[in-house]
Amino acid sequence: MITVQGLSVSFGAVQALRDVSFFAETGKITAVLGSNGAGKTTLLRTISGLKEPSSGDILLLERSLVRQKPEDIARLGVGHVPEGRGVIGEFTVEENLRLGAMMAKVNLSAGLDEQYERFPVLGQRRKQHAAKLSGGERQMLAMARALIAQPLVLLLDEPSLGLAPQVTAQLMHVIQDLCASKNLTVILVEQNASTALRISDHAVVLHLGTVVANDVASKIAVDEDLRRYYLGMVD
Amino acid sequence: MDPFLTSRAVSDILGGITNGMIYGLVALSLVLIWRSTGILNFAQGAMPMFATYIGMVAFSHVFSYWPCVAVSVFVGFAIGGGTERLLVRHLYGKPELNPIVVMVGFLIVLEGAAAALWSTQPRGFINPFSPIDFQLGGKPVALSAFSLYEIITALVVMTTVAVLFRYTKLGLQLRASALAPEVSRLLGVRVNRMLTLGWVLSMGVGTITTILVASNFFTGLTPQVMDGVFAFGFIAAAVGGLESPVGAIISGVCIGVILQFVGDFLNSNYIILVALGILIVSLMVRPNGLFTKSTARRV
Repeated sequence: MITVQGLSVSFGAVQALRDVSFFAETGKITAVLGSNGAGKTTLLRTISGLKEPSSGDILLLERSLVRQKPEDIARLGVGHVPEGRGVIGEFTVEENLRLGAMMAKVNLSAGLDEQYERFPVLGQRRKQHAAKLSGGERQMLAMARALIAQPLVLLLDEPSLGLAPQVTAQLMHVIQDLCASKNLTVILVEQNASTALRISDHAVVLHLGTVVANDVASKIAVDEDLRRYYLGMVD
Repeated sequence: MDPFLTSRAVSDILGGITNGMIYGLVALSLVLIWRSTGILNFAQGAMPMFATYIGMVAFSHVFSYWPCVAVSVFVGFAIGGGTERLLVRHLYGKPELNPIVVMVGFLIVLEGAAAALWSTQPRGFINPFSPIDFQLGGKPVALSAFSLYEIITALVVMTTVAVLFRYTKLGLQLRASALAPEVSRLLGVRVNRMLTLGWVLSMGVGTITTILVASNFFTGLTPQVMDGVFAFGFIAAAVGGLESPVGAIISGVCIGVILQFVGDFLNSNYIILVALGILIVSLMVRPNGLFTKSTARRV
């Protein structure tokens, strides 16, 4: 579905990504792991057009996304739930969802019903301002807003950040379910490697902008060196 | 109650509401641009003035009043959109002083160009509304067909803007682009187009306001016609809160009524002093404006 080829990104003299390549398969979850400053968020921002690469290519179904505007990439079917969720606090829950549905080719009320069924708490709070939601509810809203547009690919940046383990587990279950039922392709950026590896099919490990591992998630999960030196997982 | 006093107070209230609606419209047009692009447009009076000259003067030999109004508004839209694309877009992300200096410069250029093209002599327009006050029981009330035209037009414009922003897809995108441009882009909203549209709308509101002011029998159109009105509209926007369209309108009307009483009961020379006094006190008490919610800053 998405192919990243030799991608390099720099901020002035600092190179954030260096010759990064991987393939995210249709209907599968690809985890992007690594410590702070590894380049995970930069990778997602480059895929969604917020950052321009210095070299390399990103292909969505063999169509290049490089040098396209973020709004055009979104319209091609790439949904991005950014770090910090990005819900608009001044909008109600329903207004946030209506904004997400702007590009959807489905009926608005059917789209809203589907999201309220998936996240019942959003249905209960549909008239409430997003600023008054809890962290978990905001994350659900951010995901629902991306999903209502029926994307082909969903980029999730640290969805578990600051959430209780129970809420994180609920969200991870939703992500897994979406891949299975909607054939959605997910690129999941997480610092919580064990949670991400548990639900992912494939994983890419970044260190200082370079890919140090690119393999099926189950193999990476048992690689002692990767776990110890790059993922901060100590048994 | 003394019937004379009542009549005078009612007259002041009616006159104040009429003026206040105009200040409210100017404030609304300033807020539309501030909210969408974070720029305080000091040429907010001059740009619609120029559009009004083109529509109402250049075309007055061809068209009657209403077609000239329509031409002016369309020219206002074009000036708004063109200014955002060609001038303002280069100012985004620059130090706050840059857009202020550029827009003040643009104001001077437009007023100078209008004076050179059409002279500084006031131009009156023949409009269908009489400026003579209605009579009630043989006594005049401070309300004429023209002031009703001003009030109703202002209410229609305000309601249209409110409905557009609150209930339409376009309004949702305009608000989202102003509040969260990056997130809006990620959701497929064409933010640059929305910013241009914000200026277009603002100039539409501004041009209608200028036409109302210049159509007044006692004012006429001059290159500086909006300077004084802009000052009171600016004060209304600052008092109400630059983030709040409703606040801008309410403060505009309140300031209009207060200043009408000041001019009538004290001295018209005190009007600008009182207006500036209201601005200073409100900024001291509520720096973000009376109708803007205080925002907490995370440190």
